[in-house]
Amino acid sequence: MRRLVDTSPHITIRDQYRNIPKQAAEQLYPQGAIALRGVKPKTELRGIRQYRKHLSAIEALGGIRAAPILAGQAIFSFAGRNEAVSLSGIVPSKMRDVSAIDEDMVAGSLDALDVDTNGIVIGRALAKKLSLRMGENIIVVSPSGNVRPMRIVGLFETGNSNYDETQTFANLTRVQALLNRPNVANTIVVKLDDATRAREVAATIEATIGYKSVSWQEASKDLLDTLVVRNVIMYSVVGAILLVACFGIYNIISTVVLEKTRDIAILKSMGFHSADIRRIFVTEGAIMGISGSLLGLGLGLLMMRAIAAVEIRPPGYTGVVHLPVYWGFDQFLIAAGFAVGSAVIAAWLPARKGSRVQPVDILRGAT
Amino acid sequence: MSVLVAEKLGRTLDGEVPVTLVQDADVTIERGEFVVIRGPSGSGKSSLLYLLGLLDKPTSGRLLIDGKDTVGFDDDERADVRLRKIGFVFQFHFLLGEFSALDNVRMPMRKLGQLGESAQVERAQALLDSLGLADQAHKRPSQLSGGQRQRVAIARALANDPLLILADEPTGALDTKSSENVRLILRELASREGRSIVAVTHDPGFASAADRQVQIVDGKIVA
Ligand SMILES: Nc1ncnc2c1ncn2[C@@H]1O[C@H](COP(=O)(O)OP(=O)(O)OP(=O)(O)O)[C@@H](O)[C@H]1O
Ligand SMILES: [Mg+2]
Repeated sequence: MRRLVDTSPHITIRDQYRNIPKQAAEQLYPQGAIALRGVKPKTELRGIRQYRKHLSAIEALGGIRAAPILAGQAIFSFAGRNEAVSLSGIVPSKMRDVSAIDEDMVAGSLDALDVDTNGIVIGRALAKKLSLRMGENIIVVSPSGNVRPMRIVGLFETGNSNYDETQTFANLTRVQALLNRPNVANTIVVKLDDATRAREVAATIEATIGYKSVSWQEASKDLLDTLVVRNVIMYSVVGAILLVACFGIYNIISTVVLEKTRDIAILKSMGFHSADIRRIFVTEGAIMGISGSLLGLGLGLLMMRAIAAVEIRPPGYTGVVHLPVYWGFDQFLIAAGFAVGSAVIAAWLPARKGSRVQPVDILRGAT
Repeated sequence: MSVLVAEKLGRTLDGEVPVTLVQDADVTIERGEFVVIRGPSGSGKSSLLYLLGLLDKPTSGRLLIDGKDTVGFDDDERADVRLRKIGFVFQFHFLLGEFSALDNVRMPMRKLGQLGESAQVERAQALLDSLGLADQAHKRPSQLSGGQRQRVAIARALANDPLLILADEPTGALDTKSSENVRLILRELASREGRSIVAVTHDPGFASAADRQVQIVDGKIVA
């Protein structure tokens, strides 16, 4: 969950509108009965125009970092080989605030894109594929036919082989020129200090600037829904287990109370109060709960270590991945708390019954 | 002031056919008095004793213990009177099987909480000593003979220095020698220590040691 929030942008703003723009006739006569078919859309320069203005508007919301990106396609031409790549124009200083790519740099840096505006940062896997090295020049060809030699000023490695082989970064202004799309970006990537607010902030942004803003919750809706279902299943199973354990403790204490009826009568005839008797059996239940919890925590920790040690090599990934295991202290506290709490409740019921024993009833039966 | 005064004390079990266990019982017990309750089996001797010892709630009449009217006391208040003023000895010893003789004797002191732990042990040991059980203090009830168990029960009844000791056939399960021993002990407790003793018995020899006898037939005191 945290991994999901940390690695993806909290909000992504794209050069799209959520609703299709209305046709001219419809705009003029919303109630009109005519719909014109086959109207040819106006050819527009796609992209987020005035992105600088939008950017400062977004940043003015506070607790927010945003970076403009112009993403497009390009062809690398080197030593007679051609390779299609994704080329993203970025502002390095902004990009660093919203993306982890800076941490994945294995040579050079993103900042070099500012120093050398002809610079380009590519994945190490792509460099290997094309036998390129740091500092070497390649020819970049845009779909519109612009050609420009660029120099490799940085290499990154994220571990995701597809990404490492196809993603490249260059200076935003340079990419705008190369793709013939001056002064536009097509994506604004946003990170929030408080990721949980993404949904409402996305709505605010969309309302202010009009472009489609997708929060990470919306983007990973499927995954989040799965997580919700998983949680429901997990808590039902844990609840059921707890219930069974409660019945176990209830049974044990009930039996003990029954066995000790005579002793309860003796203690009460001596002058012990009902509350004293209750306390004895609830304490016994609590001790069971506590020792059971300790045992359970120990076993749980061992199992968690076993799970964390499992190595997974997902396809399309170069590195080894471990199952994410949450080691937070709170979960142990909650688990133990619930276990001891339910043990006490399970013990309290028979304890109360036991404490109501009237010594005279037992004495009458015995003599 | 009398240790115990019962006036028109009655106990009826309700049900489809109400059963009267005890009817209009007038009993007065003075300090240092050794009283024996006698009567045929099923006449209500035990029932009367439970009423006098606040183990059972009377359905009619008054009961004063040490001058205080106990009618209307709730369970906890009655438990407190039992703890401080009354000691019980039953036909079957009623000791806690998982505790040593010493710990059984200490149990009422622990609940009362007036003595520290070492003082409790000391007093419990002294009580056992005085009843000839000096060497049996650390044995469990199951390791003791019937007579020894009954003496442990007497020691426990004395734990909180009660005014009144109530005994239900304390010698009923004992052989002649042990019976005589228990009888002497109770007699001494009354004569020397000034405790009041009320004992139910079938044993004529035991009854002859008492200061006074109360006869009960069909739940009614006849003499
Ligand atoms: N729970 C009860 N329900 C109905 N009757 C009861 C109940 N307890 C006792 N009795 C009856 O009450 C009467 C008095 O009983 P109690 O035990 O007081 O007699 P007792 O004089 O002590 O007899 P014993 O000498 O045999 O010990 C008896 O007839 C008994 O059958
Ligand atoms: Mg009886």
